[in-house]
Amino acid sequence: MKYLDEYRDESAVRAVLDEIHRVTTRPWVIMEVCGGQTHSIIRSGLDRLLPDAITLVHGPGCPVCVTPLELIDKAIAIAARPEVIFASYGDMLRVPGSGKDLFAVKSEGADVRVVYSPLDALTIARANPEKVVVFFGVGFETTAPANGMAVYQAHKQSIDNFAMLVSHVTVPPAMMAILSSPTNRVQGFLAAGHVNTVMGFAEYEPIAARFKVPIVVTGFEPLDIANGILMAVRQLEESRHEVENAYARSVRREGNAAAQAIIREVFEPCDRAWRGIGVIPMSGYRLREPYARYDAERRFAGVSAISAEESGVCISGLVLQGVKRPDECPAFGTLCTPQRPLGATMVSSEGACAAYYKYGRYMDDAGAPV
Amino acid sequence: MVKNVDNPLDFEGFTCPLPLRDYPQIVMGHGSGGRMSADLVRHLFVPLFDNAALNRLDDQAVLEMQLDGGRLAFTTDSFVVRPLFFPGGDIGKLAVHGTVNDLAVSGARPLYLSAGFILEEGLPMDDLCRVAASMAGAAHEAGVQIVTGDTKVVDRGHGDGVYINTSGVGVVPPGVDVAAQNARPGDVVIVSGTLGDHGVAVMSVREGLRFDAAVVSDTAPLHGLVAAMLAAGPDIHAMRDPTRGGLAASLNEIAAASGVGVLLDERAIPVRPPVRAACEMLGLDPLYVANEGKLVAFVPPGSADAVLDAMRAHPLGAEAAIIGQAVAAHPGIVAARTGIGGSRVVDMPLGVLLPRIC
Repeated sequence: MKYLDEYRDESAVRAVLDEIHRVTTRPWVIMEVCGGQTHSIIRSGLDRLLPDAITLVHGPGCPVCVTPLELIDKAIAIAARPEVIFASYGDMLRVPGSGKDLFAVKSEGADVRVVYSPLDALTIARANPEKVVVFFGVGFETTAPANGMAVYQAHKQSIDNFAMLVSHVTVPPAMMAILSSPTNRVQGFLAAGHVNTVMGFAEYEPIAARFKVPIVVTGFEPLDIANGILMAVRQLEESRHEVENAYARSVRREGNAAAQAIIREVFEPCDRAWRGIGVIPMSGYRLREPYARYDAERRFAGVSAISAEESGVCISGLVLQGVKRPDECPAFGTLCTPQRPLGATMVSSEGACAAYYKYGRYMDDAGAPV
Repeated sequence: MVKNVDNPLDFEGFTCPLPLRDYPQIVMGHGSGGRMSADLVRHLFVPLFDNAALNRLDDQAVLEMQLDGGRLAFTTDSFVVRPLFFPGGDIGKLAVHGTVNDLAVSGARPLYLSAGFILEEGLPMDDLCRVAASMAGAAHEAGVQIVTGDTKVVDRGHGDGVYINTSGVGVVPPGVDVAAQNARPGDVVIVSGTLGDHGVAVMSVREGLRFDAAVVSDTAPLHGLVAAMLAAGPDIHAMRDPTRGGLAASLNEIAAASGVGVLLDERAIPVRPPVRAACEMLGLDPLYVANEGKLVAFVPPGSADAVLDAMRAHPLGAEAAIIGQAVAAHPGIVAARTGIGGSRVVDMPLGVLLPRIC
């Protein structure tokens, strides 16, 4: 397939891997920020082809994983209301709240629907004027423009039976939180190419300078990721700390101006809790005042009182910060599996624990199944 | 398409017979067991499925069967699909092919099917006629008879138009022993063609997810292909038709039942470009997407070439490919060598396939 096969070509990837082996002289810890990258790495087995000196840690860039438990509980409470049609991206449905997940609420009679775009939720609202359609607005800067557009269109078309449960998060504050942590061991970043496609990468330059870490804007195919790692290792070996672009076929420094405009129009930055990590200042989006009537937490006032506590065993917070690997968790694969997840990193197919469970079990360090 | 010129019925051009035309839609009475139920059977199902055992309209079909030292194979499957009609097929075709194929992968020659219908009040009579005609065509093509059946009607809103259950019996010839627990280390793993076509074809027309993919369902009866394979290699160890759960589920089932490992070469697995593209777009893995006209076989190395040649000489196996082998290492685990030379585990799918957020 054009634009994909070239980036999955064994000899091309092998050539970059050879170069990584050649330039690496010391141990380095590099974090891939995005869950999509984690999946591609584990699915292709790329991590097992790197020099032993390179440690990849899996970042917090999985929207399903970082959505706080409390918000899942709010989603469940809203979805259970008889007047509500609850619309969501598919993989949010299996995320366990304190008691159950959205699939369970659906089986109890709630109208929960999988949509592929927030604009589909708007279409459902138009078709069901007697119901309130609530869309679960999760994601990073990648999904924010489309989610913002749905709210903007609802406003323009005066569709009043539409609301959004907003749990948007942004990447740069999370990177800074990780770098500021006393337990941090991340020395370089592969930034999430889809996020940079929207936002550009100018806002990463002060982070690279302040924390003296290389940041390489990286795509999602094995060759993209290998290239990103090579550029990060070269910087580390040469004591440079710049923002470089290894995903130029998609990302420009200034990003997508139209997408940024709709985000600015509809959303404003706010403090946001990350599942397993805690509250990171100014790390999320909420609806601006002119759009506040589409805020599901305001529309269903009772849900704002809901609060919840995480499992004590689960180390997903440490996994999301790159401090621990999924298989270092005592519950991994035993108490905690994709069927019965304790933490969100086991739930989403993009979560680091799920990726380890799905593709990495039974493999020895040489990459052979054991 | 019914190609047999001797066949007196034009299944595709079949129109609703009187007196059913008086009811443009299924009503509760069609499941009452009274005259309306009888009309549905006599005027719709009997003329289409037409065979001596069914036409007697007894409470059961009484069948003549010669086992000749062979063994009886018996299976059942229920069919729920939305939409009822999709590119390359419909629920009726699936209901015949699915049960025929479950029999076929044991090496059996399929003979007789039952058909149970759960109809939703309000189902257009024309849709039911199309589905039943499609079943009749598929059964005719597969050389099986639909000899007994049942119809129930549920209130509007309590079904997706029509659900179908088919059960089937067939005869496994003497000497043939194909079973999931028979795979052995060293066996060559062969698939009969491209993967994921059916699942992507259905998804491409599903409400809320229409996309323009030049993909049609691969639904097809596989017993002819299986017969050709067994003629070339009577010692085939195991076969499955990878429907729901895709190839990944079938391979995991065989690996677990036989206590062997499976090592795939990801690059050798045939997937059509539009199927790959659709899966990329939706964040799905073609190894987990449903098929309705494909099989995977574990063949002893000595027979593998002959079986592969026989498959490629059959229209339903033209794109057959060797995709890996059974190994003694990692019993019960399916692993794959990836496109870039890495390795990964191909796990049993968990639940429904969920497209990813981004």
